[in-house]
Amino acid sequence: MKRIGKQTISFDSPPTILETASIVGPKEAQGPLAKYFDQCLEDEFWGEKTWEKAESKIIKETVNTVISKSGIAASDIDYCFAGDLLNQCISSSFGLRELNIPFFGVFGACSTFVESLCLASVFLDGKAASNVLCATSSHFCSAEKQFRFPLELGNQRPPTSQWTVTGSGAAIVSASGKGPYITAITPGKIVDMGIKDANNMGAAMAPAALDTLITHLQDLDRKPSYYDMIISGDLGYIGKEIVTELAETKGYNIKNNYEDCGVIIFDKEKQDTHSGGSGCACIGTTFSGYFFKQLRNRKLNRILLIATGALTNATTSQQGESIPGIAHAIAIEN
Amino acid sequence: MKPINTNQEYSNYVDKKSPNSPILKNCFNAFWVGGLICTIGQLIMDFCMYKGLDQTSATTVVSITLIAISAILTGLNIFNKIGKFAGAGSLIPITGFANSIVSPAIEYKSEGYVMGVGGKMFTVAGPVLVFGISASVIIGIIAVLFI
Repeated sequence: MKRIGKQTISFDSPPTILETASIVGPKEAQGPLAKYFDQCLEDEFWGEKTWEKAESKIIKETVNTVISKSGIAASDIDYCFAGDLLNQCISSSFGLRELNIPFFGVFGACSTFVESLCLASVFLDGKAASNVLCATSSHFCSAEKQFRFPLELGNQRPPTSQWTVTGSGAAIVSASGKGPYITAITPGKIVDMGIKDANNMGAAMAPAALDTLITHLQDLDRKPSYYDMIISGDLGYIGKEIVTELAETKGYNIKNNYEDCGVIIFDKEKQDTHSGGSGCACIGTTFSGYFFKQLRNRKLNRILLIATGALTNATTSQQGESIPGIAHAIAIEN
Repeated sequence: MKPINTNQEYSNYVDKKSPNSPILKNCFNAFWVGGLICTIGQLIMDFCMYKGLDQTSATTVVSITLIAISAILTGLNIFNKIGKFAGAGSLIPITGFANSIVSPAIEYKSEGYVMGVGGKMFTVAGPVLVFGISASVIIGIIAVLFI
């Protein structure tokens, strides 16, 4: 592997995304992408007593699904990178505590999935591992409880707010295979443009996504049209529009091949999700469920996956701090 | 469009990009639902007084009844839907106060009855209690001294 430009790493023997799996909650199951997920849950508890236990179960079962789909024995998976939104990443560590695979807890807020894929790729191309598991989860109810208000509280959500996706996405990445290949990664910088509104995460994260996108294109001397699709994680309608417009002011036209997972996972009008989906599982499930299949079926051959995260918590919001954003990108090609 | 370089420029740009809440619609819904809740309260009061209660006891019965109804509706997962529709209309009357205490009690039951329900029950209503009681104490002192 070698470093190219300011932030990008390209791989000598690009790792293959061998298999993915996704499990989603009932609201996502009513969304436009429902048929692409491995399993859709009928209720948010899934037989558990708490939201937290339910989220742990979702990530655990998603990981079990990806392992059995891949045909690789769990004992042949060398490392696991996983993370989520709950304090100290407990969904991942509790859900995967019986997995018996060396575990790295990763926190990049909603960028965790791609951050995990970045780290896995470096491990694989560096010959430190043959198979690596990456997983992430989020849960609307546990996230609301931790970051906002009790679910039963009769309040109104502003139009800029986003809906945390309930679900989990997991992938097994291997040193050898027939693709889709992770050909390059661009880990992002923390970018904070001073947005303080915790109900407008898309606007808070958009500058980070733009920064990573432009750095990636400059580092590899590519145009946006190199990719069949550029996909961001959970910027929602507002964030997507901001990235599209600001990219244009910097000389990059991404109008025709840019999409955001938060925009496509829900039907905004029917599902009342305001600015769209968010959460670690937004890009986790949308990539694992939808885009991976598009790559496999060769409907897409080159994509740039940019996961975005808001590196904030409930305390910093109350203390009036602005919201630092981050975005990590990986190029996936057939 | 001009390139955006400073935080201030970005903040102004985001403000323009972000849709506002539908204020007229929200106000209208808050007005009629809030009015309806108050009318229900008045009906309960008139009924109590018709049955022979004095006015002080009747207002107490109104408060208790509205609190009970909104607590039950909160438990049945109905009040949040009313609140989403009516906003301040269901929040400002005593119904909203009951909802703000019952909802964290339900949410944090998973952390046990003492530290969960007991400890977190007032996380939303706490400020209302603190400042409401403080204000009434101050006004009480003023009333005693000057009126």
